[in-house]
Amino acid sequence: MDLKDKLVASFMAFEGGVDLDHPVHEIRSEAMKVFEAQGFPEKRDEEWKYTSLKALLQNDFSVFPKQNDCLDYKNVKQYFLHEIDTYKIVFVDGAYSSFLSETTHQGIDVCLMSAALSKPKYLPMIEEYFNKIAPKDESLTALNTAFSKEGAFIYIPKNVAADKPVEIIHFATGNEAAVMLQPRSMIVVDQGAELQILERHRSLTSNAVLTNSVTEIYAQANAQVDYYKVQNDNLTASLIDNTYIAQGRDSQVSVHTFSFGGKLTRNNLHFYQKGENANSILKGVTIIGEKQHVDHHTLVHHGVPNCESHQDYKGIFDESATGVFNGKIMVQDIAQKTNAFQQNNNILLSDKATINTKPQLEIFADDVKCSHGCTIGQLDQDALFYLQSRGIPQKEAKALLLYAFANNVLESVQIPLVKQRINRIIAQKLGVQIGFDL
Amino acid sequence: MAYTEEELKKELETKEYAYGFYTDIESDTFPKGLSEEIVVAISRKKEEPQWMTDWRLEAYRAWQQMEEPEWANVHYTKPNFQDISYYSAPNKKPKYNSIDEVDPELLDTFKRLGISLDEQKKLAGVAVDFVMDSVSVATTFKKTLAEKGIIFCSISEAIKEHPELVRQYLGSVVPQKDNYYAALNSAVFSDGSFCYIPKGVRCPMELSTYFRINQAGTGQFERTLVVADQGSYVSYLEGCTAPSRDENQLHAAVVELIALDDAEIKYSTVQNWFPGDKEGRGGVYNFVTKRGIAHHRAKISWTQVETGSAVTWKYPSCVLKGDDSVGEFYSIAVTNNHQQADTGTKMIHLGRNTRSTIISKGISAGKSQNSYRGLVQIGARAEGARNFSQCDSLLMGNQCGAHTFPYIEAQNKSAQIEHEATTSKIGEDQIFYCNQRGIDTESAIALIVNGFSKEVLNKLPMEFAVEAQKLLEISLEGSVG
Repeated sequence: MDLKDKLVASFMAFEGGVDLDHPVHEIRSEAMKVFEAQGFPEKRDEEWKYTSLKALLQNDFSVFPKQNDCLDYKNVKQYFLHEIDTYKIVFVDGAYSSFLSETTHQGIDVCLMSAALSKPKYLPMIEEYFNKIAPKDESLTALNTAFSKEGAFIYIPKNVAADKPVEIIHFATGNEAAVMLQPRSMIVVDQGAELQILERHRSLTSNAVLTNSVTEIYAQANAQVDYYKVQNDNLTASLIDNTYIAQGRDSQVSVHTFSFGGKLTRNNLHFYQKGENANSILKGVTIIGEKQHVDHHTLVHHGVPNCESHQDYKGIFDESATGVFNGKIMVQDIAQKTNAFQQNNNILLSDKATINTKPQLEIFADDVKCSHGCTIGQLDQDALFYLQSRGIPQKEAKALLLYAFANNVLESVQIPLVKQRINRIIAQKLGVQIGFDL
Repeated sequence: MAYTEEELKKELETKEYAYGFYTDIESDTFPKGLSEEIVVAISRKKEEPQWMTDWRLEAYRAWQQMEEPEWANVHYTKPNFQDISYYSAPNKKPKYNSIDEVDPELLDTFKRLGISLDEQKKLAGVAVDFVMDSVSVATTFKKTLAEKGIIFCSISEAIKEHPELVRQYLGSVVPQKDNYYAALNSAVFSDGSFCYIPKGVRCPMELSTYFRINQAGTGQFERTLVVADQGSYVSYLEGCTAPSRDENQLHAAVVELIALDDAEIKYSTVQNWFPGDKEGRGGVYNFVTKRGIAHHRAKISWTQVETGSAVTWKYPSCVLKGDDSVGEFYSIAVTNNHQQADTGTKMIHLGRNTRSTIISKGISAGKSQNSYRGLVQIGARAEGARNFSQCDSLLMGNQCGAHTFPYIEAQNKSAQIEHEATTSKIGEDQIFYCNQRGIDTESAIALIVNGFSKEVLNKLPMEFAVEAQKLLEISLEGSVG
């Protein structure tokens, strides 16, 4: 039985474990129909031209993984920002781990999707926001919607700044040969509120893991959201991350995506600007090697006047790695005075590495400033020579130059500890012992 | 009182297509419809050898298996292929030996187009292979070219007189099964031009053809084949105008360029077919496949000015097969009213140290949609490949759209690729500056658009640059200020 049939068949079993009278269930059933009709995306779909899921879907993924909560903190401590205080929402094999988490309901809600779906007091919010910006006709998002049950739920009320960052961590323990995880998160940041989030997916096993995650973020007027995705997983883990963001008037949302590993990583990051003066920032650094594959698909939808968006993605590809960047800026006819910028720079370090990039502009308004730039190139040999002539070994000199190449993106990271961590991972990725934050 | 934008708009909306007239010449037209019999009949009519008939049939059978592509960013009513007559030729045959024998009505058409033959003859070094509907009517300067060993004739003539060359190269760059419209063209093409430049010869003049769709309801299926042998050079011009008609006319041409080692081909196009009226009725469907192959150290350069057609769907491409070969693409695409254009290029880098440049300027006005779609592909063995692409769009009014879909695929680490695109409108301050210096808004726009397109206009041969500039003005002036 292929994975699609298995998922379709499992849906009935899934229905046995959820409240069928809840309004969300109707959304789930509708979504299941969409997935059933469309199936998994194939290479002939324009949006999946450069990323094939075919090999990945050969695995016999377990759809309802066995739970395993005997995860010792000391074994996973390294994956937390343990040096500073944070709220934590931790999932182990798709199930909430109360032992590793630190949630709150005081002033702000940092809790679980399952709680938001079951408690009546959250019903108005679920009805207002759930599945409202996630595209209905996208098969993988629909698949996630159909099985939506667990994930993070965060609500920051009006004019409140979350007192500490929130960490959302998904662990996979590999107690089965292959698991498929489908976390569904929703984050609502009300007017004038502020929030910082760090998200990571981590497999602790060499067994295959496929995560198909959907996150919806609502940033209301004047809200500030700062989101960091750290993707540094092992070679048997694959991630399809779908993040959909709606922005109100004067809000600012920035998403930094650091893709350092995993077998196949696909990031669908969509911004929908719904209020004037909104500002969207999308940044990413990709450093991969071996046979890794990272695909960034971004969409910034400018639907109202006077908004800004800024995209900056840097990619470094070694060995047989493949990179894809597909960025789309869409400016509707009423979105006059839009200022949209997109940049994608890539360095290929090996002859077997491949980069496919497709920066797109779709513009229907005349009084706009939109531009994109895209380059593929190598390290500057003169700069390399300069560093070497000053006694810096070639490997370190190369690493320094590559770090400088990615630095534009790192500069805007607001949490110093996150920046340090990223720097360390980059040093490790480039195989050098130097600390970049000298 | 000052000349306002509104007045300008009104004036332009009513500006009729200047070249919209219909020549009444008796034509030899096939019944409508397409079948194997029609394909064979076209082949017979052209007195083609058996291999050519078979080649056409092969293409026709492939075409039947294919589906009409829908991926382009254009919307139109699909043509009914059974409602088109696939052959139409002015029937005053045989060929004329001197210009006096030509049908006076035909001569009049040429004159109204501003390119009368006698004038052309006097004009410095332009040989015109005139295509009236589908058959070459007149070819000039043939003698001068013949002295150099250059073959410049209609493709049907070439099939008869130089079968070895045609057989070797026809379909070698654009195979019959390449795409839906190329397959259709391969099956039913009625005429076109053939050009062969022998080894080491530099063609002394710009070669040019003018296409013209004339008979109502006849699709134009042109086939052009240009072969530049080792170390040769040729500059080829192609320009077009078509009469106003309400019915959509289909144009599915195929152009193949072959630049052997060290050769250079410069191919320039000015396309000004009937774009439909301001309500979007009528107009030509322009679905063209153009591709060139460059061998070692060869160079292929495409320059196009696209102002006409209701729907344009065209990607002049370069396959940079040989080491150190060069591909260039310079394009201005202007859309107004309800026109739609999806155009761009493909640069396929296969050889080492291959270089390509893409400069594309899109200008959209009215309710039109203008898309740039391009591919830059660097093969794994293309060491040191270099590409620079720039696509700029200019929007006039908020009812039109400008789209950019660049595909960049690099499989070699030594590749250097730069791509940049911008979208903007004509700045109010720029207009103000011109106004302030006594230049009215209309001229200011023409001036600014000219400046915007200059990089491409500069690449056109003299004869065309003038015409192109004029065309830009007609199609664009004051769509908005």
